[in-house]
Amino acid sequence: MGKGKISRRTFLIRGGLSTIGVLAVGTYVFRNALRRKALKFVDTTDALYVGNTNDPMLWFEITKNNTIILHSPKVEMGQGIFTGLAQMAADELEISMDQIKVVHASTDSGNIDGLSTGGSLSIAGLWHPLRELAAVTREIIKAEAAAKLGVEMRYLTVSNGTLTANGKTMSYAEVMEGVTEWTLPEVSPTLKQLKDYRFIGKPIPRIDLYDKVFGKPIFGMDAEMPNMLYGAVVRPDRIGATFIDADTSDAEQMPGVVQIVKESDFVGVIAHSYMEAENAKNAIKVNWKVERHWQSKDIEDLIKVGNGRSQIIQKEGNSDKVLQEDDVLTMAFTSPIGAHAQLEPNGVVASVEADRATIIISTQVVGITRKEVAECLGFREEQVTIIPTYLGGGFGRRLHTPHAMQAALMSKAIGKPIKYFFNRKEEFQNDMFRPPTHHILKAKLNDDGLIEAIEHQVSSGDVAHNSPILPHFVLPLIGADIGAIRGAYIRYSRIPNQKVVSWHVDLPFATSWWRSLGLLANTFAIESFMDELTIRSGKNPVHFRLEQIHDDEAGQRLKAVIKAAVKTSGYQDEVRNGRAMGFAASVDSGTPCAQVVEVSIDDNHIKVHKVTCALDPGVVVNPDQVRAQCEGAIIMGLSASLYERMYVKDGALYPTVYGPYEMALMRHAPKDIDVVLLQGMDDAGPVGEPPLGPIGAAIGNALRRLTGRRYRNLPLSLV
Amino acid sequence: MEISFTINNLSQTIELEDGQTPLLWVIRDILDLKGTKFGCGMAACGACTIHIDGEAVRACSFPVEMAGGKHITTIEGLGTPEHPHPVQQAWIDAIVPQCGYCQPGFIMATAALLNKIPNPTDEDIDRNIINICRCATYYRMRKAIHKASQLQSQTVNPLKS
Repeated sequence: MGKGKISRRTFLIRGGLSTIGVLAVGTYVFRNALRRKALKFVDTTDALYVGNTNDPMLWFEITKNNTIILHSPKVEMGQGIFTGLAQMAADELEISMDQIKVVHASTDSGNIDGLSTGGSLSIAGLWHPLRELAAVTREIIKAEAAAKLGVEMRYLTVSNGTLTANGKTMSYAEVMEGVTEWTLPEVSPTLKQLKDYRFIGKPIPRIDLYDKVFGKPIFGMDAEMPNMLYGAVVRPDRIGATFIDADTSDAEQMPGVVQIVKESDFVGVIAHSYMEAENAKNAIKVNWKVERHWQSKDIEDLIKVGNGRSQIIQKEGNSDKVLQEDDVLTMAFTSPIGAHAQLEPNGVVASVEADRATIIISTQVVGITRKEVAECLGFREEQVTIIPTYLGGGFGRRLHTPHAMQAALMSKAIGKPIKYFFNRKEEFQNDMFRPPTHHILKAKLNDDGLIEAIEHQVSSGDVAHNSPILPHFVLPLIGADIGAIRGAYIRYSRIPNQKVVSWHVDLPFATSWWRSLGLLANTFAIESFMDELTIRSGKNPVHFRLEQIHDDEAGQRLKAVIKAAVKTSGYQDEVRNGRAMGFAASVDSGTPCAQVVEVSIDDNHIKVHKVTCALDPGVVVNPDQVRAQCEGAIIMGLSASLYERMYVKDGALYPTVYGPYEMALMRHAPKDIDVVLLQGMDDAGPVGEPPLGPIGAAIGNALRRLTGRRYRNLPLSLV
Repeated sequence: MEISFTINNLSQTIELEDGQTPLLWVIRDILDLKGTKFGCGMAACGACTIHIDGEAVRACSFPVEMAGGKHITTIEGLGTPEHPHPVQQAWIDAIVPQCGYCQPGFIMATAALLNKIPNPTDEDIDRNIINICRCATYYRMRKAIHKASQLQSQTVNPLKS
């Protein structure tokens, strides 16, 4: 059975506008206070899903063997979204977990996410709409079954995709066989109570587990098309290089080369095999125009508080006045350029014919990939099919897919499908990096040892700005980059005088979304500084923080995770047997997180033995996957905090390979990770990024106790 | 040139021009075994780890001409859902994978380690398992490796029984 036709009613619409959309309808010129209000809205608004939530038939497909296929507009990049969505849908559909399958929705299915898979918003954004869609689908089937069985709906019992009345049973598939026009119920069905769910809240093993353990071909890199050839594109290895022209005479003579493709802004080669394409590409001599040979020092000078545009994003009381007095503590912190370094290179298979194109790709922005490919080919969007695959890591890297356009142009030129992917050097030198940051914090303590005034100024390159996801007017409209300021707010709400200023600098290379955006660097700066203030106040680091948080709902949730992390870890502010504990907390997109680390210095290396993490994301759909997200975020954050750093030398970005780009390996990962999950609200909130916040500061705070030094720069270094 | 080897218990003969072609691309693009992954092409990440005569080898940096007469095993030949290798069973029990891209390489590296050191200590694991996982599933992997070691020791060796 295919997808049924429905008579459309629009009672299920919720969301539909993203937070960005809501902002966009406001007036263009905001005064500062209004801008802050707008930013506060971004910081606190519930996650909305941007896509269709009123047509169940875009989402669910009932098959003859009584399985329901969920066409997911969210892509699976490791976060376990397919499993979470399956649990949510199965519970309201009244089917078992083995009766539901999840596939990526191709653009032909019509179920397209209007924004992206990102921002830790997938479960949060679909928590209400998907369960309602599933419940409506169940009700549609029940109504049809009642008609077919000749009974009233209320006499039907439903279980595991089978309906029973008067001793007669029918499967969902039997009920819907031959049905082409379905009527949506008048009233949206009531959702079940949390306690009545069979799957939501349970640690169901992820549904892609077997595919991933037995090496099934599920990633973009594994895709092929009949008669496919291999493409390669010469990429610049210098910052700011623009393409002038290329000498391809040597490449044309290389074995396996079928055609050289010269476009206005790139040159590519098409060959019979990957190695032949790669070798020929290396024989092309490109004439690049490079205006300036940048060095790391140039970038460090650019990223300084005081450069570029600024916007006050948080203001209470009058910190300017208090911080002009005596006894003000000022400290600066920095974080480096970070690479995504996802294992699966960016790649794509493209087939372009006279009037249509098909693209198989690992992408976090299915709709934007389609729009861009259509534009570059001069097609309407309906002429382009995007088939998303499992992602070999996302982390924000796949929110940019211009390589899909290049593959499409190469396919158009040769008239055959083209497979094309980056090599590792190209990945490192053409990444959409995490921007470097610079932070200046100032504070003054009162006579009781509490903070009288605090100020955080942060300078960053683009995160959200210049991304195809956001309209270009957003930055001028709200004055701050909404990605760079993630984690920049002061959450210690009882401090009477507070100010946070975001500075935005244009960098000569592209920077963008990297898992948790500004959260890691901002939390490192704020929570390291809080720790320094604690030491000066003579108070216990935990009490010092708890005392300065209001008892409103957000404050209570933050306090609860702090207390849970302290209790579970047995946190003590002392060095014992060469090990120190470090504490830090953060709030990201409404999800509070507190972490305690146990650290020692072994052979001049920083060793993290144990991490305790308390997180309150609200309702948890799959506790096993939420734990997995915490474990992964903690180690990824540890990796970024202790090892990772790109540098700029003579106009190029380095390193260009794993190894020199140091990352956490097995030997660096804590042997003990203890995750405590709290449910401080009735909604499902963000999970994937919030636990990346505290780890860097927590390690730095432990090191402060071991060495007496304050560590102010990421990656943390003992020398 | 012509190269013959055994892969996942099947003998194969490959005809190709450049014997320097990395074995990885022969496995993936000619033999169509896509479970062995390309990560870096420089033997730095381990996503392409396979077994050659029982030893863990990074296929992206192994010229195909050196594979002549060898016995190669890839993730597709290690175990099946019906008969998983102990390492795969341990991976399932611990729900290790996230994105999954690097996992075949880790599973192959672990299977080779357990052949050499059936009961590895944490230090053995740290020294030998040096692949890269960007999702950072290391915490569960370590547990799974110890579990796999137990499962393997419980498995009856058919040659001895």
